[in-house]
Amino acid sequence: MGRTLFDKIWDEHVIKDLGDGWALLHIDRHLLHDLSGAPALSELGKRKLPPHDPVLCFATPDHVVSSAPGRTEKTYPLGGMLWAGLKQGSEKGGIRLFDLGRPGQGIVHVMAPEMGIALPGTTLVCGDSHTCTNGGLGAMAFGIGSSEIVHVLATQTLRQQKPLRMRIRIDGRLSAGVTAKDLVLHLIGRLGASAGVGYAVEFAGEAVETMPVEGRLTLCNLAVELGAKYAQVAPDEITFDYLRERPFAPRGEAFEQAVGHWRSLVGDTDALFDSEHRFHAGEVAPSVTWGTSPDQVIAIDGRVPDPASLDDAQRAQEWRAALEYMGLEAGQALAGTPVDWVFIGSCANSRLSDLRDAARVVRGRKVAGSVTAWVVPGSELVKRAAEAEGLDQVFREAGFDWREPGCSMCVAANGERIAPGARAVSTSNRNFVGRQGPGARTHLASPAMAAAAAVSGVLTDIRSL
Amino acid sequence: MQTFTRLSGLAAPLPRANLDTDVIIRIERLTSVPRDKLGEYAFEAIRYLPDGTPDPAFLPGSAAFAGAPILVSGANFGCGSSRESAVWALQSMGYRCIIAPSFGSIFYNNCFQNGVLPVSLDEAAVQKLGALAREGRTFDVDLQRQVIEVDGQSLAFDIDPLRRDMLLQGLDEVGATLLEDALIRAWQAADRQRRPWVWALGEEGASC
Repeated sequence: MGRTLFDKIWDEHVIKDLGDGWALLHIDRHLLHDLSGAPALSELGKRKLPPHDPVLCFATPDHVVSSAPGRTEKTYPLGGMLWAGLKQGSEKGGIRLFDLGRPGQGIVHVMAPEMGIALPGTTLVCGDSHTCTNGGLGAMAFGIGSSEIVHVLATQTLRQQKPLRMRIRIDGRLSAGVTAKDLVLHLIGRLGASAGVGYAVEFAGEAVETMPVEGRLTLCNLAVELGAKYAQVAPDEITFDYLRERPFAPRGEAFEQAVGHWRSLVGDTDALFDSEHRFHAGEVAPSVTWGTSPDQVIAIDGRVPDPASLDDAQRAQEWRAALEYMGLEAGQALAGTPVDWVFIGSCANSRLSDLRDAARVVRGRKVAGSVTAWVVPGSELVKRAAEAEGLDQVFREAGFDWREPGCSMCVAANGERIAPGARAVSTSNRNFVGRQGPGARTHLASPAMAAAAAVSGVLTDIRSL
Repeated sequence: MQTFTRLSGLAAPLPRANLDTDVIIRIERLTSVPRDKLGEYAFEAIRYLPDGTPDPAFLPGSAAFAGAPILVSGANFGCGSSRESAVWALQSMGYRCIIAPSFGSIFYNNCFQNGVLPVSLDEAAVQKLGALAREGRTFDVDLQRQVIEVDGQSLAFDIDPLRRDMLLQGLDEVGATLLEDALIRAWQAADRQRRPWVWALGEEGASC
């Protein structure tokens, strides 16, 4: 029987079969950030263990550093301590650190692909659930907890149980104004926030095969909001072209040798998946969440659903709680709802193509008077590239804040947050209760949709601008 | 690591799906609150009324369920962020066993790393247990026999044998894996030949 892409990468990394589907797997790439990496490095020191393979580890501060221009460790002192811990632990362990202001600094899942650290066919882990983002390049990338970080640091391996395999095919092409973000929100809405629990997802079909790498990274980023720990897109010419000449990617002959190997990892045509779903790209419209779970999502021209339409009493209660938290009424149109905040950033949507999408909408317009709008580029390299094409000026002239790279208001771990009760349109990936700050109301959307909301002051259908 | 064999006590009902780890413990608490005190802040976004007083509808916070070692909740419990502190916060509240129809995958792993038993049962069984929990019945959870006994009924649960043994023995995974270090290094030596591009990044780094 044929094997899937996931099967092939899994098999290639088995050091020891532990039985019952368990294996001791080699980990090729380990990303460390300030929030989970610094304490793990400290724990490793307490156990008097050295990092097993520091050359395979890459550290950068992202979660708890301020995004304020001119930031120092004192801008957010609680985060400054973790940042210092990451620096000390990395230096002591011989681990490469991309510090603030240097190429390589940024959100781990923006940095790893653009630096050529994430490669097709590699196993890549990080103490962050959105590590699945890196699967957009065909890596087997997954998030881990604190104990597992220590395990990887100490052994460069993990004990894992093989998940089931799911394929989600999207036929056809996305319509104008519809992005990878809209697509993945639509899929989560249709399948539910726990549909992917226990699965490794492979995205396939024409819409994915024709999608640039940055869109694939967005698609895989939100797979964890579907419940899947792993997501992948099969590596192809688009992937290889993206990786050529990246700082840590192989060069010259070594690159061609690697490409030959990467091609062999693509799933066999007779490979069987444990679960298959099929969608058509044409059915996807610009999507916006209305509730407090990423599966509570509708098209921008839709109406907020009514809990009374549900037979399941517990689910109806969850919807009512979500509507109350969000300050919305069943049946109301989302378009036209006034907005207080717009956040363009996060490992879902802070790459150059995202900023270009948003800037195209913003150019020649002004942020509505009632709105506070931020752009937080995903990495130092994104920031420099955007500035080189003048995108920072486009945003600044419109009234946006142009900030320093990091996770910022996606996770609100660095003191930056949305005020209680304020309504935000955010290009991030989680609309959970309190995620962007206690009481903050989050609507997830694409960069273009967020930009449209910023300039019109209300939730707006990008296709109408 | 703390072992888990048997547990007896009350179960607190929290019938809500998709309770994410951000709701279990807010991220800002991780930078300022010691691990054993996180329980005071667990579920802070949903356990209080707007005026700051405890919400009586949040039963795990009520006096009736103080000290309950078991939590019965909804599907996809612990979804979202990988923060292991979600498990620490639940432990700090006194929970050693969580019963739900399904769990976030990373949260599920993290439980086993901390001596906490996550039990997944079908929706109907969890709803039934939730109702018994609400009545204040005593639950007996036996990991060796893989059963939950409550109100004279016995409910079997599935658990992967490796994970069960890990809890029963309180296994230190790092120590166990380091015993395989010769195997790991031999694998790596062969991999350097097989996939040199995975390893050849030191020089590129120097130019960066």
